[in-house]
Amino acid sequence: MGEFGGFAGVSRLIKFIHKYGAPKRFYRLAGRLVPWFAGVTALLFVVGLYLGLYWAPPDYQQGDAYRIMFVHVPNAWMSMMAYVIMASFAATGYIWNVRLADMLAKATAPLGASFTLTALVTGSLWGKPMWGTWWVWDARLTSELILFFLYVGYMALQASIDDPRRAAHASAILAIVGVVNIPIIHYSVYWWHTLHQPASLTLTSQPKIYITMLIPLIVMSFAFMFFYFTMLLVRVRSEILVREQRTDWVRKLVGSKQ
Amino acid sequence: MTFSQFLAMGGFAFYVWSAYGFAAFVVLVNTVQPIIHSRKVWRTLRRDLDRAEEEE
Repeated sequence: MGEFGGFAGVSRLIKFIHKYGAPKRFYRLAGRLVPWFAGVTALLFVVGLYLGLYWAPPDYQQGDAYRIMFVHVPNAWMSMMAYVIMASFAATGYIWNVRLADMLAKATAPLGASFTLTALVTGSLWGKPMWGTWWVWDARLTSELILFFLYVGYMALQASIDDPRRAAHASAILAIVGVVNIPIIHYSVYWWHTLHQPASLTLTSQPKIYITMLIPLIVMSFAFMFFYFTMLLVRVRSEILVREQRTDWVRKLVGSKQ
Repeated sequence: MTFSQFLAMGGFAFYVWSAYGFAAFVVLVNTVQPIIHSRKVWRTLRRDLDRAEEEE
């Protein structure tokens, strides 16, 4: 029964992927979703910035400098989440030859690299007043820098191979191997002595920060997450048009919008 | 709290506003660049289609 249930689940999943994994269908779906996602993103940013910069009181130790957390932590989270998403799409494209998954992986890379860069820069701007240094070669900071190079390497590899299918295959291997860096980033603050503080927020225990800091942090995290979804959809729509330009439906679409 | 106090960020103005400014800049680039790219794709596809129709 269990096995049968699992099998039915997998075949349902494959049916679902085939239904919405068709680039033509996804192009339309994404087009309808973009305005809604963009609206939610804008709203979350307005509320999050108000709460983070004005509503939340200063920290008793760090004063107002801790407010950097509201951009630093969401970007650091998204840098890792985007990588896992990118590697999952890349693996899906590699194993099952789902073209849309290849495109979604490719469209995620520049966004993930941006989150990583922002996490590094804002972290540096937070480190200077709190630790007295812009940068240290400790485990957390170094592994996050490696994440940035993984994104850049992935994009460089994509750009260096003209054939989209071969580019997707080669870069998928890089993306999948690079996943090993994600738990290293996460656990680096526990495994090694580091200046970086451990997580303030985990799924399994009470938050270590006040509710007045927690609320803006959560709102800003959702803001950056929705920003990612919005721009992923915009990017993947362009990618679909380029990759499918010889198909009838793209020709008809372009012809109808002359 | 006055507006100038708000801007001063308890003496951390440079660090706080640089961090928010950088994040805003990256968000802006990531919003504008894909839109420009999408327009470029449409222009190229339209041109290619026109050429194909002329040849026919």
